[in-house]
Amino acid sequence: MLSYILKRLLYALPIALSVTVVSFMLVYLAPGDPLNAIAPADAPADVIQALKSAYGLDKPIPIQYGLWLWRALHGDLGTSISSGRAVLGEVLGAVSNTFMLATIASFIGVFIGCVLGALAGYWRGSWIDKIATTLSVIGVSIPHYWLGLVLTIIFSITLGWFPAMGAGPGGSSEWVWDYEHLKYLVLPAVTLSVIPMGIITRTVRALVADMLEQEFVIALRARGLSSLVVFRHVAKNTAPTVLAVTGLQIGYLMGGSILVETVFAWPGTGFLLNTAIFQRDIPLLQGTLLVLCMIFVVLNLLVDIVQPLIDPRMGRT
Amino acid sequence: MMKDNIDHPQPQYQKTKGYWHAVLRQLKNEPLAIISAGILLVLIIAALFAPWLAPADPFKASMLKRLMPIGSPGNLLGTDELGRDMLTRLMYGGRLSLIMGIVPVFSAFCIGTTLGLIAGYLGGRVNMVIMRILDIFYAFPSVLLAVAISGALGPGLSNSLIALTLVFVPQIVRVAESVTTQVRQLDYIEAARMSGSSNLSIIRVHILANVLGPVFVYATGLLSVSMILASGLSFLGLGVKPPEPEWGLMLNTLRSAIYNKPYIAALPGGFIFITSIAFNLLADGIRSAMDIKK
Amino acid sequence: MMEHTNTFLNSEDRGGPAQPLLLVKDLKKYFPVRNGLFSREKKFVHAVDNVSFSVAKGKTLGIVGESGCGKSTTAKLIARLINPDSGKMVFDGDGVVEYGGIALKDFRKNLQMVFQDSFASLNPRLTIEQTIAYGPTVHGVSKLDASKQAKDLLERVGLEPEQFANRYPHELSGGQRQRVNIARALAYQPRLIILDEAVAALDKSVQAQVLNLLQELKRERQLTYLFISHDLHVVHYMSDEVMVMYLGQVVEKGPVDLIFNNPAHPYTKALLSAIPSMDPGKKTLKPPLEGDPPNPINPPSGCRFQDRCPVVKELCRNATPELKGVGDTSDHIVACHLAEERHI
Repeated sequence: MLSYILKRLLYALPIALSVTVVSFMLVYLAPGDPLNAIAPADAPADVIQALKSAYGLDKPIPIQYGLWLWRALHGDLGTSISSGRAVLGEVLGAVSNTFMLATIASFIGVFIGCVLGALAGYWRGSWIDKIATTLSVIGVSIPHYWLGLVLTIIFSITLGWFPAMGAGPGGSSEWVWDYEHLKYLVLPAVTLSVIPMGIITRTVRALVADMLEQEFVIALRARGLSSLVVFRHVAKNTAPTVLAVTGLQIGYLMGGSILVETVFAWPGTGFLLNTAIFQRDIPLLQGTLLVLCMIFVVLNLLVDIVQPLIDPRMGRT
Repeated sequence: MMKDNIDHPQPQYQKTKGYWHAVLRQLKNEPLAIISAGILLVLIIAALFAPWLAPADPFKASMLKRLMPIGSPGNLLGTDELGRDMLTRLMYGGRLSLIMGIVPVFSAFCIGTTLGLIAGYLGGRVNMVIMRILDIFYAFPSVLLAVAISGALGPGLSNSLIALTLVFVPQIVRVAESVTTQVRQLDYIEAARMSGSSNLSIIRVHILANVLGPVFVYATGLLSVSMILASGLSFLGLGVKPPEPEWGLMLNTLRSAIYNKPYIAALPGGFIFITSIAFNLLADGIRSAMDIKK
Repeated sequence: MMEHTNTFLNSEDRGGPAQPLLLVKDLKKYFPVRNGLFSREKKFVHAVDNVSFSVAKGKTLGIVGESGCGKSTTAKLIARLINPDSGKMVFDGDGVVEYGGIALKDFRKNLQMVFQDSFASLNPRLTIEQTIAYGPTVHGVSKLDASKQAKDLLERVGLEPEQFANRYPHELSGGQRQRVNIARALAYQPRLIILDEAVAALDKSVQAQVLNLLQELKRERQLTYLFISHDLHVVHYMSDEVMVMYLGQVVEKGPVDLIFNNPAHPYTKALLSAIPSMDPGKKTLKPPLEGDPPNPINPPSGCRFQDRCPVVKELCRNATPELKGVGDTSDHIVACHLAEERHI
């Protein structure tokens, strides 16, 4: 087991390294001189030169990369051009916001998905099944940014129950777990939850239906055990897969939340990335990408390590 | 053979029809898939023949007729924030959205299947190198990858297509490689190797046909994802540029209109939704049809 | 009996009747064992360890042994599906895939194989006719001629072309599929066919039919067979000579009657006594062999059978026995130190 973990770590290292390179280099792929974001085009030459050396843009690229990486390892991701604040602080704040959103959305989605999936699997072929399956197909097919807009129209504009944008009255700088702030969380979380809901419903439905047809369940029933016991048994066997998928979903939503965050102006990593791209805020872009991608590398590593522990039958898909 | 008046039954030799015929026949049993195919057909025709079918010019703006409601005379689905006819823009928008859905998946299918075949057949080092490189891409959610690549390349239709293709290639390679590796170990491949024919010929004749099936099924599932992602990119401003009509972009520009004309603002998204469901149901239908045959 | 068209592929007898069709010398194949990231010691599975033998033209050599003894690996090495680590192969006097010998592609025309799993041996997407016709087309036969050949072969193996040519493998039974595999092998007009557990997966009655077909074909087309099996009854029926393998090595070889009636190696004796007798009066009292076969990874020095041999001596643990003739005959050879003494 130990060697397996070590092997996985070893694989993760080059990936992590490549990620740092890509995060750094992505900006240079873009058309246009990175300098344009910092200095206006008609600035005098010596001002441009001064800015260049201040930002270290006059050194050759590999050196810039090395310096950047070195500082990053010490926790310094530079300063955001658009906001003037430290990139690390901005990114970490955003990460916690997105994490909150993603986790809650996942739990909602997984819960509803399990219920729907279990119902559909148990009463396979009936109208319950058809409805649940339809909901699941909708969940997977719907453009979630559009859903966000629709929910905003219905619940925010028409009914006025929830606010349309932001993460709290007066900005997101302080998050408090109170009713005022939670109101802002509802719509984004529900919108985002549709994604895991669709997937989990399908997965659970298949698992439950499969399991109920298996011989050991028939054997259990034949021995006269009540439905409740069968239910517990089924739950125990499906739990590992569901857990694994949940973990993956949280991770996926952490990265895939950009569209929903844009719709609701939720100050998370996606929103930050968006800002960075459009403002051509290079340090912010590099820093955000780096942190986001590292989260995924670590997440994948964790999933790889934990999966065989939970269910020895499952290999890595 | 005796000649008499009795009709001797001739040995019926049934030419078993090809694989794809059987799949098509099976598809007739999937009503949802047929309906979806029908819907898609309507959308595709509307998109293809937009220049002839559409009532107005998609670019013609009119400051006076901004945000006219649905059902206004002359503008069946209302007008947008610049006074352009919605129905027309939706029809033209369909072209771009459908292209952005189909082209990346198709390109990724071609590139991905080739890479997967190579990696799966050759195995060993080559396989490891290819798969490890792709693992890097595979670790990230598609949205993030698409945004990052798009952000780097810049806005525009072709850049978005490239970005999406790059997002899907690793996934398809995974499927193709996995199937190729399985198939390669089967005895009939050994028998093929015993024929003395070249590796390329073996891949072409024996492996390709068996790999295309599963990869095709997977790819059809990607169609709706591609469309949603592409429109999402335009929604963010990373895809198609204004004033091109594209459903995702329209959602973006119409956003401020959700306060006074919510239905119009939501309309383009509705179309994305319908097309996406149709793609998914069709893909599901194809998948079941291929399952039973197997 | 139809005439068989011999116009297309090369099947000349170059060496003459006395030349063995296949000569194998010191064939070796070790597979490395993956042992985790940090192990220093390289371990190898000694799958085939210095195997040498020859097969005479028109004869059937049966190869027997437990699972894991290396029979299938040997078959694949001979068929060049895997490459040996060392060793020599001579086919009708020509070195195989050697400088000045037969090229691989030509070799493929001369040697074909029929595998155990009849279903996995056939491409599910090709019709029977396409499968059989594929081989000849690779070697330059036109599609039309190959098609005709395929149909003729189908008829020869007992499957009516009108019925079977356009079917797919999943529509046939196991026995029918195996006939197709035989037809496919015959399409190359080979001189040697390796049958790797070819009938193991078939029902007994079907087995009998297929075996008889093989015997007929052998006579008609002057074929030579390498018949690998773990079923000793079948081996007895089919073979002219038998070779016994244990843990990657040849332990005994000789004419079939000698081996079955007068086995020299303790392992062969044990194998033969393990065949359930047809006589209900004879009961097996205790198992002929005890223990499990030892690990083929880094095998012990000396005779490999030492741990299970009922008559093992000190000598056996120290020195590896070599293949020597039994008594006066040179066609019955055995690798056992005690063979001379034990044999009458």
